Amino acid sequence: MPALVDKETRLLCQGMTGWAGTYHTDRMIQYGTAVVAGVTPGKGGTTHIGVPVFNGVAEAKSATGANASIVFVPPANAGRAMLEAIEAEMPLVVVVTERVPVLDMVRVREALVGSRTRLIGPNSQGILAPEICKIGVMATDRARRGPIGVASRSASLTSEVVSQLTAAGLGQSTTVGIGGDPVHGIGFAECLDLFFKDPDTEGVVLIGEIGGAEEQEAARYIREAGLKKPVVALIVGRAVPAQCRMGHAGALTARPSDDADSKIKALQDVGVVIAASAHLVGTAMSEAFARRAA
Amino acid sequence: MQLHEFQAKDLLRRYRVDTPPGQIALTPDEAAAAARQIGLDSLFVKAQILAGSRAAAGGVRAVRSPSGARAAAAELLGRKLVTSQTGPAGQVVKRVLVEAGIVAAQEFYVALRVDPAVGAITAIAGAHRSDIEQHLVAGAPDFPTVALNIAGERRPGDIADFCRKLGLASDIADKFGALIGRLHRAFVELDASLIEINPLIRTAAGEFIAADAKITIDDNAIFRHSETAQLRSEDDVDLIQLQAQRHQINYVQMDGNIGIVVNGAGLGLATLDLVQAAGGVPANFMDIRTTAKSLDIAHGVGMILDNPRAKVLLVNVYGGGMQACDTVVDGLAIAFRKSGRVMPMVLRITGNNENFARMRLANFNLPKTECADMWQAATRAVAIAQGRA
Repeated sequence: MPALVDKETRLLCQGMTGWAGTYHTDRMIQYGTAVVAGVTPGKGGTTHIGVPVFNGVAEAKSATGANASIVFVPPANAGRAMLEAIEAEMPLVVVVTERVPVLDMVRVREALVGSRTRLIGPNSQGILAPEICKIGVMATDRARRGPIGVASRSASLTSEVVSQLTAAGLGQSTTVGIGGDPVHGIGFAECLDLFFKDPDTEGVVLIGEIGGAEEQEAARYIREAGLKKPVVALIVGRAVPAQCRMGHAGALTARPSDDADSKIKALQDVGVVIAASAHLVGTAMSEAFARRAA
Repeated sequence: MQLHEFQAKDLLRRYRVDTPPGQIALTPDEAAAAARQIGLDSLFVKAQILAGSRAAAGGVRAVRSPSGARAAAAELLGRKLVTSQTGPAGQVVKRVLVEAGIVAAQEFYVALRVDPAVGAITAIAGAHRSDIEQHLVAGAPDFPTVALNIAGERRPGDIADFCRKLGLASDIADKFGALIGRLHRAFVELDASLIEINPLIRTAAGEFIAADAKITIDDNAIFRHSETAQLRSEDDVDLIQLQAQRHQINYVQMDGNIGIVVNGAGLGLATLDLVQAAGGVPANFMDIRTTAKSLDIAHGVGMILDNPRAKVLLVNVYGGGMQACDTVVDGLAIAFRKSGRVMPMVLRITGNNENFARMRLANFNLPKTECADMWQAATRAVAIAQGRA
């Protein structure tokens, strides 16, 4: 059974009837995900691309048995949509929306404390268990079922790394986009915990970048829990000039080269293999597996 | 969005944060008049630019009279001020703030920001020192901090504990704690991502006065603050980025000669790293958002083609869920046709619709080299930029 999602996942889409919601819901259904409900306030009782639409999350959850939600709601209302899903005790909430106000995420983090919800994102490409379940917007053509768990702060680099892994003969158990925003739901440490406990996962790739403290948290987790499976990390952003925000709101650092270096050092110190370059992640994972076998 | 010092102080006064008496001046005569009106013989004339470390760069002048204020303003206004935070281009001083000098019994550094590691608003404070910024950047300030919720304290007494750690006597600690409360309210109501007061002065009479102030507003929340949005300065370094954002592009101008187009921030960071590893220097960073259409992409590529320093275009695209490769290729073609400039282009293009994109690319007849992976593409682009290919 893969981490986070499986064949039993029943998905609800918040903001399904918008353009992006419609397009991606359709792609998720085509991939085989059981999409059981949509939520758009004011459109309850209708059907959209064959899926029943409800006015609220709690109502949709009790009517359909949905156990996961994906949020496509635009930034101005995305925070409220997340709070509604947490209130309805949705076990898993994946947020694709970009440019959510940071204080709205602080409000969401407060609501998550003591809740039953595990939140992924915002600004996440979602979760993919290849050939089993897709909750997200990612490309799937190169993804194959296999033993590698991928946790990433970048959607585009996840596609790149998945492509490299598949080319190296290493399929993926689950890929998780934790999102590019500074304040978000689950982080690398929790992903590592899931992957270390997941029997389908034999190795882990972390895709990190400058800014924030995710990589240091991951290192701290490994120091406490032990390096139970081979972990390869790619850390990008060494070449970014000081104080520049390069697309990701989370990728802002005061002294970028040092920051990338300190992240790399923290991970190396606990036995994580650092990929020498962004085009060598697949190779690095193959080598880590070969070393383990030897 | 960054605010000028005088704008930040205007906003903070609404939250009953005291600032020195002061007036903004656009000319030397206005500066003299402002000094007369303040009527003190200890004054500062402060350049209003959107960058810190002004004092070290000569942007803050102590004067004793209206004529001194006039002379200082005459020197500062219209001058390009280069500080450790402006970059080598500097910023032109268009306004000065004429302000009363305050006699300090004690000086503090105080800041509120969103701490990603905690996922909350964090206040930090300590004794003021001139090199505080380097100190904080180094990541090892031994300053006390307190995490705050949207509504305020996480547990009753958190702010009082925080003040105790600062070593403040109890009557002063109460006032300081109340100030933190007002700054917190300002932070939440303004949708700030940073409020920094450096220095915060305590007078002999026990009042706290913000001698300097810096506020950054969360760009993602501007939509609910139409009044604050009016304050955006024409000097805001983010203007180019803002214009690009209207076209669903993240664009940052850089100093080198390799124009860079990617779709995805992480892929972009990786591309910058590869270019650097290959010995090249990027002319820009351009990240296409998933919501960009071909005309938006053309706008961004046009900005690169308009940059005379750029010698080669490096395109690294992974066609994803919503944005297929052909959309990017169409954007490139439109931009090249509109510009008329013949710039060599190195592409690494893969993912959704890559074959269709290749067909379209062939039809457009653009000067291009295609590479199988991003390292090859980066080294090739660097070779062209350096005249080796």
